[in-house]
Amino acid sequence: MVGAEGPTPAQEANVKAGILSYGAYIPFHRISRAEMGKAWGIPSLPGERAVANRDEDSLTMAVEAGLEALVGIDPASVNALFFCSTTPPYAEKQCASIAALALDLRPEVYTADFTGTTRAATVALRAALDAVESGSARRVLVIAADMRPGEPQTTWEQLMGDAAAAVLVAADAPVRVAGWASVVSEVVGPWRRPQDRYVRSFEPKLETEYGYVRATAQACRAALEKCGLGPAQLAKAALYSPDLRSVADMARQTGLDRSQVQDPMLMTVGNAGAAHALLVLAAALDQAEEGQRLLVANYGDGADAFVLELGGPLPRPQGRRSVAQFLASKRDLPSYGAFAALRNLADRPEPRVHSSPVTYWRDVAVELRWHGARCLACGVVQYPIPRVCRECNARDNFQEVKLARRGTVFTYTLDHLYANEYLDTPIPRAVIDLEGGGRVFLEVTDCDPSEVRWGMTLETTFRRLHEVAAFHNYYWRARPVR
Amino acid sequence: MSGIRDRVAIIGVGCTRFGEIWEKDQEDLLVEAAYEALDDAGVTPEDVDAVWVSNFFNFTGQSGGTAIEPLALFGKPATRVENFCASGMDAFRNACFAVASGVYDVVLVCGVEKILDQGARGLPQESYHPVFQGASAPGMFALAASRAFHEWGWTKEDLARVAVKNHKNGAAHPKAHFRRPITIEDALSAPMIAWPLGRYDCCAVSDGAAALVITRPEIAKDTRHKDDYVLVKANALAVYSIQPFYVGSYNWLGFPATRAAARMAYEEAGIRDPRREISLAEVHDCFTSTELFNIGDLGLVEDPKDAPKFVADGLADVEGEVAINPSGGLKCFGHPIGATGCRMLYEVTKQLQGRADGYQVRDPRYGLAHNLGGPGAVASVTVLARRD
Repeated sequence: MVGAEGPTPAQEANVKAGILSYGAYIPFHRISRAEMGKAWGIPSLPGERAVANRDEDSLTMAVEAGLEALVGIDPASVNALFFCSTTPPYAEKQCASIAALALDLRPEVYTADFTGTTRAATVALRAALDAVESGSARRVLVIAADMRPGEPQTTWEQLMGDAAAAVLVAADAPVRVAGWASVVSEVVGPWRRPQDRYVRSFEPKLETEYGYVRATAQACRAALEKCGLGPAQLAKAALYSPDLRSVADMARQTGLDRSQVQDPMLMTVGNAGAAHALLVLAAALDQAEEGQRLLVANYGDGADAFVLELGGPLPRPQGRRSVAQFLASKRDLPSYGAFAALRNLADRPEPRVHSSPVTYWRDVAVELRWHGARCLACGVVQYPIPRVCRECNARDNFQEVKLARRGTVFTYTLDHLYANEYLDTPIPRAVIDLEGGGRVFLEVTDCDPSEVRWGMTLETTFRRLHEVAAFHNYYWRARPVR
Repeated sequence: MSGIRDRVAIIGVGCTRFGEIWEKDQEDLLVEAAYEALDDAGVTPEDVDAVWVSNFFNFTGQSGGTAIEPLALFGKPATRVENFCASGMDAFRNACFAVASGVYDVVLVCGVEKILDQGARGLPQESYHPVFQGASAPGMFALAASRAFHEWGWTKEDLARVAVKNHKNGAAHPKAHFRRPITIEDALSAPMIAWPLGRYDCCAVSDGAAALVITRPEIAKDTRHKDDYVLVKANALAVYSIQPFYVGSYNWLGFPATRAAARMAYEEAGIRDPRREISLAEVHDCFTSTELFNIGDLGLVEDPKDAPKFVADGLADVEGEVAINPSGGLKCFGHPIGATGCRMLYEVTKQLQGRADGYQVRDPRYGLAHNLGGPGAVASVTVLARRD
């Protein structure tokens, strides 16, 4: 283990970048680990884990967390977007660029993917801080999301959890970064080669004791030392760890009291990989008060630690959901079979449907940016963007507008047929009148179909429809408000 | 506009049995329907000046060759027509123009569909551009039914009564796909397909073909059916949005395309009180809820929300005020997409000629056929009457 050089004291003095906003996303579905253990006849870990829906992946969850972080923020003010994940949906093809469109960022935005390690999120956070401090960007959105594949019939499958979290890095933000430190640590585990379907582990004791715990505690102590602070001066520490015992060991080796450790959400969400540190940080920020100091630390073949100071009141915009809200908004999967279906462990083939890279490319404003058009003659907002107004026949007289996320159900059906298959659980499809205008037709996800009603309020959510034509077909669906 | 009224005569009709026809292909069905119509008219294939053929799914046919090839009418003019589920009646409409203009004397109109042969289960689903969604045909029409449940208080029982009536009618028709009467309880306990539409609310997915031979009335006077040929009193087509779910002003209570086509057709035929003047109507009951909407859209009830009462009171029965789908309709006779419009005209012609043994409507005056396509987007209404 080798200690890495931190910033020089001179550079530290110039640190001005911080966290302006943040957001989290925890998928709607959970499964109790007891259910998973029972299905395989193996021991169960305690608690439950978060499970991404069949139409979600790391990118869609990242967009959801990004939308939360941008509540009350003009998306056009974001200069750069960093997407962080060990499970990007593409091996070759940038995901941040797709997220930038779904988040309706400016076309001039700088985008990058950070991957290959669970530490990707804090690696990107460092890059974001550097970018803002160097003046190359004013606002950088860092989003981390993961849905790591745990091998079936092992406790890894029970331990993993799917989630996303985002921080918006900006100059003169209320959450200042007082200092940071990194260490590198070469431990074989956990890892995954390109041909590996599941995350591998050699020996948990080696990984946790000499990997997670030792490296993380070392980075934490170094960061505190650089800030001239002692562990007692921290309100909370947000630590990434694969198990509760390691969290306790990290805290002890850093000199922290148990009460200073932010709930690592291993009993409720699971090990969220690259998203984990920022997710726990988001939960800490939800409760943090002006003047408090926080520590956030992340691990992955080394560790990063940051000391944060709440220099001013943290904006809590209306409409941004807290981590607690996401934890409370959930539906328990009834069985391991339901989990296996969401993960497509049976390798069911893709539906026989149409998919065109050409229309996907040409219609990004409509499909990804969620833009409609307002007729400048009659004022009616329409979707998708027409050439001739459907209401007053004015031709080519539209202003492209961003559509709202929320709307009410005008009419709906519960459709049991899809791509020539009869589905026992129907797909709810709703005609929705959006707030501020525009009528759309979306599939409703993350719900009990029998709950859908006329007049119900729904909100859009970014989803992966299918992989026909061997690329990810992303589009919006609707869900009951979480 | 001089219109089409009294300018075209139907002198021969043919129709195959509808159903899941495993042993025959599209060519078999088209040949059988076309020769039945030619034989009925007493004309030979050589007498045919031109052909219009309707067919929806392009896996079963493209081009005018869809009809020319199986009939071996090489060298004759032929056009394939596609206008969603209203393709059949639109082929008829275009053929009528050709005859009325005097360009052709004898024209064969035929429609055919061979759904079983497409290699997947059920009705093939088409576009999946995400913006156009993957809703099934029942799912699309259920959006309208759902709204009527909410706005007008329609119930599953209202839909079930339509299914019971059409199953009763279909049971009497030797060429119908489904020939088994059902009860209200059968309909109510059937599996759901697209709420609120259950299995018995959905029409049959069928193979089949139907054909007509048309000419001008002055020529019809010298044919086999010189005493009972059938005149086209009106034919109208209207097309509305094929993406109605994006039209903010649409209330989903019925189909404006049908209302527009009916208005044009009634004006041309001189019909002022459709409920009193029309004796029978073959309407596009792709779903039971659609038949109820059709009753309202065609002006057979004063307030369209009262359509269920019209059926419940027996006014739509074969013996009722306006016999609705005495053939069993799409629900039970079947719905081979491209053939349906032609089949409706076959059916109304036979009724007007008194040739509907076992399901004959008494002393019919005007007969109406209504073909609806897409998510209620394309509607064709034809009014027929026997020659004086």
